[in-house]
Amino acid sequence: MSDATALDYGFFSFASKDEVLEKSKEYWNPGKTSFWSESGIPLVIDRREEYFIYDVSGKRLIDAHLNGGTYNLGHRNREMVQAITVAMQHFDMGNHHFPSLARTALAESLIASAPKNLTKVIYGSGGGEAIDIAIKTARHATQKRKILSIIKAYHGHTGLAVGTGDDRFSKLFLSDNEEDFPHVPFNDLEAMEEVLKGRDIAAVIMETIPATYGFPLPNPGYLEAVKQLCEKYDALYIADEVQTGLMRTGELWGITKHGIEPDILVTGKGISGGMYPIAAVLVSERCAGWLTEDGFGHISTFGGAELGCIAALKALEICNRPETRSMVHYISDFIGRGLREIQATYPDWFIGIRQNGVVMGLEFADPQGAKFVMKRLYENGVWAIFSTLDPRVLQYKPGILVKPELAEELLDRTEVGIAKARADVMSERKFR
Amino acid sequence: MVDTMFEMPLDPAGVPRGRAMIERAEWAARAFATYDAATVQRIVDATAQAGAARSKEFAEWAVRETGYGVAEHKLLKNLACSTGIAAKYRASDYIDVVIDSSDKMVEVPRPAGVVLALTPSTNPVATVMFKIMLALLTRNAIVISPHPYAKAVCAEAARTMAAAAVAAGAPDGCIQVVEEPSIPLINALMTDPRTDVILATGGTPMVRAAYRSGNPAIGVGPGNVPVLVDATADLNATAQRIVESKSFDNSILCTNESVLIVEESAAAALLNAMTRAGAHLLSDDERDRVRDLVFPEGHFDPKWVGKDATAIAAAANVRVNARTKILVAPFDLVVPEEPLAHEKLCPVLGLVRVPNVSRGIDAAQAVLRITGQGHSAAIHSSNPQTIMAFSAAVRVLRVSVNVGNSLGASGIETNLAPTMTIGTGFLGRSSVGENLEPKHLINWTRIAYNTDALVPMADFAGLTPWHTPTAAVPAYPRASNDLTAAPLVPSTVAMSNDAPDELRDEIRRLIIEELNAIVRG
Ligand SMILES: Cc1ncc(COP(=O)(O)O)c(C=O)c1O
Repeated sequence: MSDATALDYGFFSFASKDEVLEKSKEYWNPGKTSFWSESGIPLVIDRREEYFIYDVSGKRLIDAHLNGGTYNLGHRNREMVQAITVAMQHFDMGNHHFPSLARTALAESLIASAPKNLTKVIYGSGGGEAIDIAIKTARHATQKRKILSIIKAYHGHTGLAVGTGDDRFSKLFLSDNEEDFPHVPFNDLEAMEEVLKGRDIAAVIMETIPATYGFPLPNPGYLEAVKQLCEKYDALYIADEVQTGLMRTGELWGITKHGIEPDILVTGKGISGGMYPIAAVLVSERCAGWLTEDGFGHISTFGGAELGCIAALKALEICNRPETRSMVHYISDFIGRGLREIQATYPDWFIGIRQNGVVMGLEFADPQGAKFVMKRLYENGVWAIFSTLDPRVLQYKPGILVKPELAEELLDRTEVGIAKARADVMSERKFR
Repeated sequence: MVDTMFEMPLDPAGVPRGRAMIERAEWAARAFATYDAATVQRIVDATAQAGAARSKEFAEWAVRETGYGVAEHKLLKNLACSTGIAAKYRASDYIDVVIDSSDKMVEVPRPAGVVLALTPSTNPVATVMFKIMLALLTRNAIVISPHPYAKAVCAEAARTMAAAAVAAGAPDGCIQVVEEPSIPLINALMTDPRTDVILATGGTPMVRAAYRSGNPAIGVGPGNVPVLVDATADLNATAQRIVESKSFDNSILCTNESVLIVEESAAAALLNAMTRAGAHLLSDDERDRVRDLVFPEGHFDPKWVGKDATAIAAAANVRVNARTKILVAPFDLVVPEEPLAHEKLCPVLGLVRVPNVSRGIDAAQAVLRITGQGHSAAIHSSNPQTIMAFSAAVRVLRVSVNVGNSLGASGIETNLAPTMTIGTGFLGRSSVGENLEPKHLINWTRIAYNTDALVPMADFAGLTPWHTPTAAVPAYPRASNDLTAAPLVPSTVAMSNDAPDELRDEIRRLIIEELNAIVRG
């Protein structure tokens, strides 16, 4: 392969990876581009299939990040590709103003899959938009403005969602607004009740397990108690299932493991099958009022694009199969045990495993520990990302269709990466 | 670099789900392969009993669904293939390691892994049960693809046994069944690289496809059983046995007698006795009408598979006694153009008279030149020389002696391994020449020491690589900070694909009520 045509994709071409990186800084995002180069993750993704992504150099990585579950079913899942390819012979994005075939079919399926109290679906084109819809819906239903979330929550970066998250992302755009978006510490019921007592909270929004915070697990009974507090003080409960939905905890929706019927449930990422952007908000009858009062209340040209709906129908079908559910249980059991064995080898370094199904956070004994591990895993062929809001913790998210042999290989590579990162930190400490 | 695009062929309906079953089976097989013998025994017994408990219902259902056979005979086969198999192999061990100190070897059994079982319409439930039992005895996961004519009863039988197996501690997904079998789906399953072995029982095209799949396969050829009766036989007993065997499940077993070859000197007595036992000897006219009916244009019409003799007689305009169990059709020469010399999965028995045993052996060989090599033959005789000459000459791998062949060759009334799958060996283009039994589903890893007497062999006594599962396999995924909590969402909810809608709703309602009660404290 001559250098001149090294990266020729037909639609576009680059002379080399260096050229991509230079132009990426020049025309796209210098901050992000440099960040990864400096972090020792010089990744530009080329081929992708099953649970593998390949750097343009040909280096193969097992994807244990999955963009938060977007690639839950693997990259370019064969069934997903076929469904969308077939759908494209007839459908396009559709017209968002009119009743539609695919949107109706998906809505019916989503409602059938979800806790019984949820009765209607509103579509967005991504998770953030769906969170905004959820917040707007809660405000309309309660006629209250304030949305309570936890410190270090992450619900996306769109206009309203960004307010519920860490102020790193809201202050940057002068969008911080603690008045309307109060925050309380996670797992702290007293603090939550203090705020709810004022009865001016429209909704509490909760990730079922806070992802970007490193998957700290809700204390047993915590979410259930939050729901009770919501009922007591007339606030709605919004379940952000963007990362915990679609079988990742071993049930289709993680919130059902807590026996909670949320007033609003948000899904995104994996519902796209990794192939066509779409997100959805499932709401209870109480919350659905604006859809009757003014059906044009939220308009989104791409929200619920029909091709996306077909992708989502297929993704939902695959997730819902008894075979899939069984496999997730095997995978989480097997990988959980494997990780505990690794932990037993490096107990001073690998200090915690937070796991619910294939949603996992690995805790390391250094404030930046997960960044070291991420880098060493990358070298050893695994892509898993540190938690932005708690870099001690590595987000470790295997797919729900991982085969036994890949699970074994993933654990082998993980063990080596963790051991090497430990040596890195130990030697760095010596020099400190 | 962009690969050639748009090349992906579309998977036919049902294929993705079938592949998912194989993947799930792969996980189950891994887990199962580490189970200890005591746990497996418990699972085998519980599963066999669950199958046996519904054997009668399944027997009747199979007759209704396929239109073949005799329910009371199917009941017998179902029992033989459930609790019968469990009892037969109770003393056999396919799990514990074998230490051979004199040869300085240790042998560790290794299950095949994922067994793909194709089962026929003729012995539908019995074969499903049989293959499930073999898989469990050897710690294999099994995916069953039943014949489309019998899919509903087979699926229910497999589900019943799967539920019992899992309740007794078997890994989730170790028994699965395809609900909507189709040719593209079967092809996809057979050629899937994760299928470890195919057990193909059924028609020749399907068996050949199994061998072409590229995966290890145990497929068996068709039968066409000659039965020789010489003058030394106990003719009354022989007559009784042949009529019973030929009418068993209306000749649906591939081991049923196809052509009766009788030494002339014994013919009259034998046929008289057979008539008393329920045979109707057809006149030449009647024979021609039956032949035209069962072999229109010279080819067997499958609509007569497993039908009652009286129904066939009526359709052929032959008046018979209402208690007639089989029709005996005499002809002179065993040649391919004689339809009656071909396999007949219905209670019509060909009859050829021969002047002596030697011509009888020739006739038996002629029957097998048409089809059925490697399968089975029967002989009724008290002369060991005749039995030896017959067995050595006739190209089959089992000869049943002084017993009906239906249950004789299938090991139910002989000490051959009881089976629903008759290995036809090299003669019959198969990889197995014995009756299929559990041992065919494992390999052994052999730990072999240096033969040099100076290199000692370690003491392996008491060592076992297997363990007893202490909880459900796999464990329910509980949050790691709450491992003792009971799963709030029992598996019945998400497995709801299996439950009818009303039931699912009802379960869901009950669970939600329960959950609410818990949440409210
Ligand atoms: C829990 C959660 N909610 C919402 C979002 C926002 O989704 P999107 O990036 O599609 O806007 C994310 C994205 O990471 C998320 O993890």
